[in-house]
Amino acid sequence: MTTMATPTQPKAGGTAPVQAPEYNPKSESVGAKRAKSVIFHIVALALTAVVLYPALWMVASSFKPNAEIGGTNTSLWSSNFSFDNFTTAMEGIGGVSTLQFFTNSLVLAIGAVVGTILSASVSAYAFARIKFPGRSALFGMMIATLLLPFHVVIIPQYIIFQQLGLVDTYIPLLIGKFLAADAFFVFLMVQFMRNLPAELDEAARIDGAGHVRIFTSIMLPLMKPALISTSIFSFIWSWNDFLGPLLYLNTPEKYPLPLALRLFVDQTQSSDYGAMIAMSVLALLPVLIFFLVFQRYIVEGVSTQGLKG
Amino acid sequence: MTQSPTLSRRSSSSSSPPLPRKSRQRGADARAGYTFLLPWLLGFIALTVGPMISSLYLSFTNYNLFEPPKWIGLDNYTTLFQDERFLQSVGVTLSYVVFGTPLKLAAALAVAMLLNSKRKGQGFYRSAFYAPSLIGASVSIAIVWKAMFGDSGPVDQGLSFFGINLGGWVGNPSMTMPMMILLTVWQFGAPMVIFLAGLKQIPADLYEAASMDGAGPVRKFFNITWPMLSPVIFFNLLMETIHAFQIFASAYIISNGEGGPAGSTLFYTLYLYLRGFSDFRMGYASAMAWLLVVVVGIITLIFFKTSKSWVHYSGDSK
Repeated sequence: MTTMATPTQPKAGGTAPVQAPEYNPKSESVGAKRAKSVIFHIVALALTAVVLYPALWMVASSFKPNAEIGGTNTSLWSSNFSFDNFTTAMEGIGGVSTLQFFTNSLVLAIGAVVGTILSASVSAYAFARIKFPGRSALFGMMIATLLLPFHVVIIPQYIIFQQLGLVDTYIPLLIGKFLAADAFFVFLMVQFMRNLPAELDEAARIDGAGHVRIFTSIMLPLMKPALISTSIFSFIWSWNDFLGPLLYLNTPEKYPLPLALRLFVDQTQSSDYGAMIAMSVLALLPVLIFFLVFQRYIVEGVSTQGLKG
Repeated sequence: MTQSPTLSRRSSSSSSPPLPRKSRQRGADARAGYTFLLPWLLGFIALTVGPMISSLYLSFTNYNLFEPPKWIGLDNYTTLFQDERFLQSVGVTLSYVVFGTPLKLAAALAVAMLLNSKRKGQGFYRSAFYAPSLIGASVSIAIVWKAMFGDSGPVDQGLSFFGINLGGWVGNPSMTMPMMILLTVWQFGAPMVIFLAGLKQIPADLYEAASMDGAGPVRKFFNITWPMLSPVIFFNLLMETIHAFQIFASAYIISNGEGGPAGSTLFYTLYLYLRGFSDFRMGYASAMAWLLVVVVGIITLIFFKTSKSWVHYSGDSK
């Protein structure tokens, strides 16, 4: 059932959208076409303004003095433009500098990317390219975990990690990544590999290559687009994850940014709005940069793989 | 894909005389298959199946993490339905799912249809509308949302400009749900991009033929777009509904982890978290988790059952 949003074939490098043939009734005059185009852009631009407003407001507020945020100055522009909020935000909270929170977030995100790439690609190869008894049943179970509310496992998982003395370490947050627990990425790679021609493996087998060779020297290089989407999304999901760190981390020195932000909200009780918003901006900055750099990959990944944001 | 059981059994026996090449290959494949699958299999058993079974067991016990679990039968489940906070969390979550998801999908479909034409700037708009989906569930945006909808925040000020004086939405129990729904509708970009990919698969000549028969835009929508897009609509509806049940971070941040004001943002998962990790009533929280699994499972089943009547899979659409 989940294959329905994945109609496209994998393409090497960037994937270009397949444009439907242009619908162009000859009866329409040039003037009418131009008017339609103008209306389209007016509507679309107005919508863009509404959609981007919260982000713009956030960035604008991060440069304003506290008194002006939610005060009388409703415009996005302020004449009292300053970096003060960022200076305060960079000082951090609870005796830990914001740079430390950044480093923590980065360690977790890179760990998540490495773990997911390694485990998901290997598992996906088994599902997509090896015939073995029980495969379809296991594949079905993997799909079922996509729909499973993960809250049903967090309590026993917590108990296990607590008994192993691993609470307040990064292990509970990362081990699942190395065991392909994010079924979505396995599914994405299976879909991608299934679309690669079967002759590739057959030819390699005749040449005497085993599965390890086929996987490392044929599949992995061809899977680059799927590996890139997986890296981008596992990075961003890990970067934004809140519940996992909230459950497992107790010492502020180990907090990633989302937890640091919560601490900031708790401790300042909204007294320093400007710094709070500046810190929110800083926390989102890597995601925004990722988006600007990889937007094609991200949006194409969503449209071909049905990935959630 | 399906294996004949006799073959695989034969290939795994070691005492047999030289096997035909094919069977030996199958035995090797079976070993290779499970070897490659090992990471996922380990995770599946240790992090999903095992914990699911143990949380099912815990849901019939009283367990606080420090003393051994005490079997209490169905007590947790019966207590749930007398727990006013629990019932409130069900109500909050249901109204979020029932109003938020269709609104979000309607916005996604409408904008996808607007963008589904070859025009300059289409790529820019698509990216701009998608961006909120990437950041919408983050703590940062929850903080911004809270500030924007707070007393004399930009939303309040914008509305008072039109003579509507609602005050801050954050502190008003009857306005927090609309605020949360707006937050999810704001993230319409992800389903929109998927709709857009689906719309591009609809052959343009269908619309041309309909135009020649004199069909207007409304008839074209109901007779071509809707049925042709129904598999994608189904996919989005299922995924968005399941995700909506699991909203957590935004609710936690906006309500300072309490679900207030007056329990109006006490979402199901937030209450589960509070019960399990703040009160350490882990048996009770496990019962809540299993109830969620059952409810989501039933909803998924209903979706699949009813889909037969409105989702059309055309054989040649691939």
